[in-house]
Formats: sequence, structure tokens, C-alpha cells
Amino acid sequence: METNSMGFPILSALIFLPVAGAVLLLLIPRSKEMLIKAVALSVSILAFIISLPLFSGFNKATHAMQFVERQAWIPTWNITYYLGLDGISILFVLLSTLITILSILISWESIKNKVKEFYISVLIMEGAMIGVFCALDFFLFYIFWEAMLIPMYLLIGVWGGPNRVYAAIKFFLYTLVGSVLMLVGIIVLYFHAGRTFDILDLATRTYPYQLQFWLFWAFFAAFAVKVPMFPVHTWLPDAHTEAPTAGSVILAAVLIKMGAYGFLRFSMPLFPEAARAMTPAMLTLSVIAIIYGAVICLAQTDLKRLIAYSSVSHMGFVTLGIFALNTQGMEGGILQMINHGIVTGALFLSVGVIYDRTHTRQIADYGGVASVMPVYASLFIVFTLASIGLPSTNGFIGEFLILLGGFTANQPAGVLAATGIIIGAGYMLWLYQRVFFMETNAKVTGLADVNMRELVTLLPMVILVFWIGIYPDTFLGFMHESVRHLIERVNTGGAPGATTIAKTVSEILQ
Amino acid sequence: MNYYLLIPFLPLAAFLINILFGKSLLKENAHWVAILAVAGSWVISVATLIDVMGGKTLNQDLYTWVSSGGFKASVGFLIDPLTAVMLIVVTTCSTLIHIYSTGYMHGDNGYYRFFSYLSLFTFCMLMLVMANNFMQLYFGWEGVGLCSYFLIGYYFNKKSASDAGKKAFIVNRFGDFGFGIGIFVIFLTFGTIYYEPVFSQAGAFATKTVNFLGYDVHLMTLIALLLFCGSIGKSAQMPLHVWLPDAMEGPTPVSALIHAATMVTAGVFLVARCSPIFSLSETALMVVALTGAITSLFAATIGLVQNDLKRIIAYSTVSQLGYMFLACGVGAYTAGIFHLYTHAFFKALLFLCAGSVMHAMSGELDIQKMGGLKKHMPITYWTMLIASLSIAGVPGLAGFFSKDEILWMAYSGPSPVGKLVWLSGTLVAFLTAFYSFRLIFLTFHGKFRGTHEQEHHLHESPKSMTIPLMLLCVGAVASGWVGIPALIGENLGIHNYIAEFMKPVLGHPEGHGTHGEEMMVMLVSVAVGFAGIGLAYFMYMMRPDLPGKLATQFSGAYKVLFNKYYVDELYSAIIVRPTIWIARNILIGVTDARIIEAIVNGVPSAIGGFSRQLRKVQTGFLHHYALIMAAGVLIVMGLMLMRSW
Repeated sequence: METNSMGFPILSALIFLPVAGAVLLLLIPRSKEMLIKAVALSVSILAFIISLPLFSGFNKATHAMQFVERQAWIPTWNITYYLGLDGISILFVLLSTLITILSILISWESIKNKVKEFYISVLIMEGAMIGVFCALDFFLFYIFWEAMLIPMYLLIGVWGGPNRVYAAIKFFLYTLVGSVLMLVGIIVLYFHAGRTFDILDLATRTYPYQLQFWLFWAFFAAFAVKVPMFPVHTWLPDAHTEAPTAGSVILAAVLIKMGAYGFLRFSMPLFPEAARAMTPAMLTLSVIAIIYGAVICLAQTDLKRLIAYSSVSHMGFVTLGIFALNTQGMEGGILQMINHGIVTGALFLSVGVIYDRTHTRQIADYGGVASVMPVYASLFIVFTLASIGLPSTNGFIGEFLILLGGFTANQPAGVLAATGIIIGAGYMLWLYQRVFFMETNAKVTGLADVNMRELVTLLPMVILVFWIGIYPDTFLGFMHESVRHLIERVNTGGAPGATTIAKTVSEILQ
Repeated sequence: MNYYLLIPFLPLAAFLINILFGKSLLKENAHWVAILAVAGSWVISVATLIDVMGGKTLNQDLYTWVSSGGFKASVGFLIDPLTAVMLIVVTTCSTLIHIYSTGYMHGDNGYYRFFSYLSLFTFCMLMLVMANNFMQLYFGWEGVGLCSYFLIGYYFNKKSASDAGKKAFIVNRFGDFGFGIGIFVIFLTFGTIYYEPVFSQAGAFATKTVNFLGYDVHLMTLIALLLFCGSIGKSAQMPLHVWLPDAMEGPTPVSALIHAATMVTAGVFLVARCSPIFSLSETALMVVALTGAITSLFAATIGLVQNDLKRIIAYSTVSQLGYMFLACGVGAYTAGIFHLYTHAFFKALLFLCAGSVMHAMSGELDIQKMGGLKKHMPITYWTMLIASLSIAGVPGLAGFFSKDEILWMAYSGPSPVGKLVWLSGTLVAFLTAFYSFRLIFLTFHGKFRGTHEQEHHLHESPKSMTIPLMLLCVGAVASGWVGIPALIGENLGIHNYIAEFMKPVLGHPEGHGTHGEEMMVMLVSVAVGFAGIGLAYFMYMMRPDLPGKLATQFSGAYKVLFNKYYVDELYSAIIVRPTIWIARNILIGVTDARIIEAIVNGVPSAIGGFSRQLRKVQTGFLHHYALIMAAGVLIVMGLMLMRSW
């Protein structure tokens, strides 16, 4: 058993503490709602506190996995319980623990039926999410990956809006189809590499180009759905719109990051040549997502649907940065994943705040909210500005690096993607205008401004928006070594001679 | 040297204090924090100017802002003669306008909010002019744009105000799109985005061509024109001028500070700052000169027929900004900055006078409903008259010197379009004098044409407003005296101080004309100025029936001008409406709904109603099963782990 520098299995603790919390909730009688909520909140806060040493104790000077835990699990199949974090995954664990607290806080009063099951789902969700980011064994990874689906399915299907069942099934089927292809890929890889699920080991070998090509696309199916990339994005607007606030927040902030994370953790180091060869296709899809997602936002009439489509556009930026395959693009891409988690998470939290008061998502039902709820309006403008990438907010740093990287890799892609920031300003400011400015709509007169609980939920996001915007080094610093290592692997990995095949394939695709 | 840092950070501190405590604690005292901060910045700026005149410069990083691979940007400051002059312009105007605002905004229920935004704006503007790299410049650039958005839409319950704010921001994003790509190209060319290494190495790339989007283009032309895209947006040049007239929805002090004296001149500052790049491209300079010349003529013609007090001045601003670009485009960056500096005073003054008039008229803006205000508000009248004389180029006043410098540089400089833009500049000088005095005559002379109630209410503004008017008036008269041309100054022993001061940064192109020609250019510009004033006097004082007759006689032309050449309508028809139509009818209606969804929903049903079966099962109590299943998986995993420990 390998242990880590912390002296105790911190990652296991992070994964299983929420699960233990969920079990504890099972034992509490459902009539004691307050107790249930208090336990759920305490567990999530405790998990967050436990995750903080990751932030302070991480060694930024190496790309090696840290806080490693390794333990033979099912020796017959050479399956190990193998966890670890590097500069790419660590921030997502922290994001997950933070987002869980906020999701619980925002649901405090809005979830009224099946309270117990709700918080159980949220906590199990947390454990599975952290597991996905920590797992270094493919089998273990796949378990967490699939385990995540269930609580999310429930969150949408049970506590969602009127059309929740349709949205939940759509979400489930989309993701499942992708995952199954990935499972096939994992099994092929397992046998090809001589029966090992060790991700780090697999990522140092070379595979024939043909195999890389097919496996790249098998994994692509799983990850592209999650991101979601164009054209497999249509589950997202439905899922976001129908999900309860907490569901939307977790979905936007963490779940859809897993697709892009998958590209970084698996597709690139495992299949470097295929990844290089597929760059034109990936950049094209990214640019389409950016523009398509942004333009479609201009015609939305539903608050949550608009933010959902804006996610398609923003995640297009992320994949553009990642597949630029250079330092600025990739670091910008990873940072933008965090940023998107913070900003879109915060936007959904904010929508939740007002939805709790008005129970309508129609933009036309609002107007003049800034006169009624000034504090709320100023919080919302911070997230709006971060979403459109105003300098001094986190969105700017991410988008700037992505566009710089994208432009370096491929001029037309960079230029086309940059139009996304024009349209982005268009739909977000239009949204803000229709909700907050102009004459006060009768439906919002007399609404109470944010209360203490809501303020506490949103303030951490405001702080992060400016922290990353003004001093991004705290966060970019985690990535430098891991990204350098990854780019090295992508650019030098693979058998000699295979590059010619890569070229032909990309030519055919073009 | 570090006390320079206080220049931008004092207003930032004021912003933070006001936005956090203004509503609950400071309330109607919010202006004190803001004014003290900006006045402090002004004092330090003056000290800085003195230091810079003594030969000191500063180029210092505060901290590394972003670093990724080979890319690095910092929050860093460059103080040189160009920065020093900009600091004086920004802090002087900002301080006076802060003071004016205490009177103008008195009693407004967003008082603290207004002053917070003003402080934030001042901070961003100072960060912009003090930057030592393009990234921080961009920060300030977008920051002032944001404040402009907030302040234009200050009366946010008004639809027109919130529309105008949004429009300003989005139109500027079009310009910034090019600006941003320009920064990328700079980084890819020089490997850095800091001014000093970029400008010192620019010469080495003077003849280099690169492939940009499939075209081989001259590298320096490419960079210069991409940066100029930003200028076009921020300084409201054609074709992105449409936001500035609408920006007049904001409170008048904002129009004076942001949309006349400082922010909109940032584009000119950018061109001057990047003069080492622009100077390497004759094409880029020509584009700058022609854009400036066309815009100034275009806006001046619109200004002739408008009736909205503030919009006339707004079009005048667009026109004068064109003048500054015209100067930069013929290589006379110093003349451009000189005009920026004099313009800041007389244009801020014009706006503040307009605000004073609105104050007296209870918000009325239509000059056709004014008249005879002279006797009711003498201070406003005299200061506005002097500002108008200054902009009309009456000899001795500030506007005369800077305008004359530009026209002479255009005439005598090496630019291939020099003579052409000189001609158009002279024509604009005539039009400017005409519409400025049309405004004066219609507003202050003749008989009052408003309601009785309004007339009864007419009054001079309070001291807090008139004192800034008088102080700015000093600037409108005397600020030009630092740039008296040799032709006049020689015999009096006066130098062209500003040209000498700026020479190390902006250079000084040598004209090729004789004294006789210089005298001719000057006399022509003075003559057209007086002719413009004279014509306005004739049409609006002697023959007040004439304008109406002309409007009916040439109704086609009048309509085109009155409707601002229908540019807004054009953009709406070719950009805004088609985009939204496509979003609604193609993307949502066809691609998402018919194509992608059809495939997604089609596949499962093709597998024989599989999804229907699934749906039946899953709408029941499945969530209980699923929950237990998930818990089970995790428990089994945990047990196995424990066993192996």
C-alpha cells in the first residue's frame, strides 16, 4: 500500500465521507427535515475543509501524481484501487467540494418533497464526482463515471420541472450510449496492453495508429456528449432547464467538465498521434459550438435555457483551447473549465434565487429587477461580466489564453472563435437588460432582496471571479508542469512513421 | 517613484469605499470620498508632469498578471511625456466634473452609485494611459467601456437608456475584436506584449510580410490596422460611430467626462502610443487619415440639422475625434495629442454648459424650444460662447492653435493624402463654426420658445456647477498657449513647448512648406471659421425664416442628414435582425429541432420502441432502486478495500 505525503488517505476520505454522510442520512427519520439538512450541510463543509490541504500542500514543481493511494483490489483482473491528483485534476476536486456546499445551501428552502432522498443524491453525487477526478485505474474510473449518472438522473427526474422525465431520460440515454463506447475502448485497451487498467502506465506506451484512431473516437463519443460538443449538445438545454437549481449547478459546474477532463487525461496521452491528427476536426467542432451556441442564445426566451446554450458556446472555447495543443491554449482551456464552473454555476445559483421567488423562468416575466433587488442585481452583473470575459474577471484570463493559443495553432479558428465574444456580450447584456433594467414588471414588484443564506452562497463565487481575474497565477501555477508534460507527450508520443498515416487521415477528413 | 502608483489606486479605493458603504453610510456625502481621491490623483499627476519635464521617466512592473508558457503580462506602469500629458487631461477634467456633479446630481437617489462609477471610470482610464504593455492597456480599455455602459444606462428604468448602454458596449466589442487579434499578432511577432521591446524591435520587421487568413500582407500594416479597429470603436469613428450619439442618454457630466474629454480619445491615444508601428506603414497611416477625415466631415454634416442640444455636441465630438485621427494619419501625432488636450477642455465645457441649460430647462433638450437664455444664465452663456469660439478656431483661443497645427501638418507633411485631408479639414472647420453658433444663437439669443412654466423656472445654476464652468473656460482659452507655432511665437520668444516635450515619444515631422504657405493655411482656417459664425448669424439671427425654407426646399438632403444617413437602420436591417432571425428560425427551428433531435429521438425508436419500454420502467419507483444500487456499489467497493487493508 502506497501512502501519500499527508499521512492519511485524503482522497479516499474525500470520496467516502460524502457517501458515509449519505448513509447517515438514511438512518435519520424523514420527518426531521432540519436535521437532515444540517447533516448534509455539515458533511459537505467538512469535505471542503478536508480538501483544503490539497490546495496548500500541492507541489507545483512536478507533473507527477500526488496524494497517491494505491492498493490491489481485484488481483485476478489486475484491478487496483489507485487514486492520485496532478495539476490538471486537482482544481476540479476543490471545485466539486465547494459547489456541493453551495448546491445544498441554495436548495435549503426550495426542495420541499423527498428532502431526504434529495440530499442523499447530492452527497453521493459529490463522492462520485471526486472519484472520477482522482481515479487512476480505468476500472475504478468507469465505476465512478457511471455512478455519477444515477444521482444526476434522479435529481433531474424527481425534483425537476414539468418536463423532467423527458429531460432525465434524454440525459441518461445520451450519456449511456457514449459511455458504452468508452467501455468497449477500455476493454480493448486492457487486452492490448497486456491486462492492465493502470492509466499512467497505459499513457506511456505506444499503440498502432489504427488502434489509436478507433479508440480516440470511442472515447470521443463519451467525452463529446459530456462536454457537450456540437452536435451532441441537445440533451443539455433540456437537462439544465428541467433540473432543480442544485442539479443545474452541479451539472454546469462539474459534470460537463468531465468530458474535457477526459480529453486531457485519456484521449491525449493515450492516443497522442490520433489526437494530433484529429485536431482540425476538433477545432472545427469547437468553433461551430462557440458560434452556434452563442447565436442560438439570442433567440432564447427562457432564463435557464439561455444559460444552458451559453454553456455550449463556452465549452466550445474550452475544447478549442485544449486542442490547440499549445501551452496557452491548454492552460487557458483548463482555467476556463474552472471559470465556467464558477460563473455558470453562479448564474444558475442566481437564477435559482429569483426562481424561488417568482416561479417563472420566462425572461419576459421580468424587468426592472435592479430597482427591487439591488444587491442581487449587483451580484448578477459580476457573473454576467465574467461570462462575457471582461478583464479583471476570471473569464477574461481563460478566454484570452484560449484565443491566443487557438490563433497560434490555427488562424481562422482563432478569428472565428473571437466572434463568440461579440455575440456573447450581445446575449448576456440583452438578458441582463430584459431582467434587471427597464420598467419594473408587475410580477417582480415587492420581491425581497437576497437574504443572508443566498448572499453566503453567492459571495464565494464573486471572490473567485476576481481572484482568478486579478491574480490567476494562484491557479495557473498548478497547471504549468502537468500541461508541459502533457504537451510533450502529445507532440513526441507514438511510433515513428505513424505521422504519415495521421496526415492522410486528416486530409481525408478535410 | 512609487507614489505614482497612487494616481490610479486612489480612485480605485474611492470606488470600493463608495460601492460598499455608499448606500448605507455615506449617502449624500458620497462625493467627498470620490472628490478627495481624484483631487489627490490630480496633485500627484501635476508632480509627475514636473518630474517628467525634468527628464525622468518610469517603466516599472507591479506584479505579473498572467503567465503561461512564453506569454507574460503584468500590471505595470510606463510614465513618459505622452502619459504625463494624458494624466493631466484625465485628472483635471475628472476633478472638475466630479465637483460639477455634486450640483448636477444633487438629490438623485443613486447619488453614491453615480460617484462610485465615476471613480471606477477614473481608475480604469488612468490604468489605460499608464500601461506599459498591451494587456493592461486592454484592461483599461474594456474597463472604461464597462463604466461607460453603466453610466449611459444610469437611468436604467428608461428603456432608451439601457438600450444605449448595451449598444455602446456591443459596438465597442466589434472594434475590440480586431484589437484583440492585433495583440495576438504582436505576441506572435515579437514574443512579448510590452511596449518597450515591441517598439524598439518594430523597425526590424519593417519590410516583413506574413500570411494572414490566406493572404500575404505587410506585417506592420496588419498590426497597425488591427489595433486601429479598437480605436474606431472606442473613438466612435465610421463605421462604428453609431453608439456615441445614443450615449447621450447618460447624465450630462458623464457625457462631458467619458464621451467627450477622456474615454473616447483613448483611440487617439492608442494610435499615438503605437506610433512606432503606425509609422512603419504608409498604408495604415493613410487609412487612419482618411477614416478621420471622412468621419469628421460626415459627423459635421449631421450636426448641422440636429435639434437635440446634447446630440449636436456629440456629433461635434465625433467630428473632432476624426480631426485627431486625421492628424495622426499624416504623421503629426503630437498635433493629434495637442488637439486631444485642448479639445478635452472646450468640449467638456460645452457639455457642462449644456448640462447647466438642461438644469434650468428641467431636462428639455430641444434647442427649438429654447432661446433667449442669455439673460437668465449669464455665466453659462459666456462660458459656452467662449468654448464655441474656441472650437470654431478663433485666433488666440485653445482650439485655434491645435486645429491650425493639424491643418498645417496635413498641408505640408509628406502624406500622399495630406492635401486632400487638409481640404476636407478646412471644410469641416467651416461647418463646425456654423453648427456651434447655430446652437448658441438658437439657445441663448432671440426670444424664448418654450412653455411659460419653463420660462418662469429659468435660473442660473448653483456655484458648484458654475465654478467648474469658469475653470474649464480658462482651459478653453489658454490651454493652447503651450503649442504656439513658430510662425507666431518666433518673434515673441515663445516656443512650441508641447511639440518639444513630446518629441522624444512621438517625433516631429518636418513640414516642407514656406512661411508664406503656413500663413496662407492659417488665414484660410481663420477665415472659414468666421464665415461659419457669420453664416449662422445670418441664418438664425437676421433671417430666422431661412432655415425652415431651406429644409423644405432641399427636403431629401435634409431628411438624410436629419436621420443620420440611416446608418442605424442599415445595421439593424443587415446585422441585428438577420442574426436573430437565423437563431430563431434556422438554429432552433431546423438544426436543433428537426435534424439533431430527429436523429437522437429516431435512433431509439428505430430499435423497436426500446425507449418507450425504458420510459415505462423508469417513471415508476426506479429512483429508489437506482439509489440503492448506487449505494450498493459503493458499499461493496468499500468492503473490498477494507478487506485488503
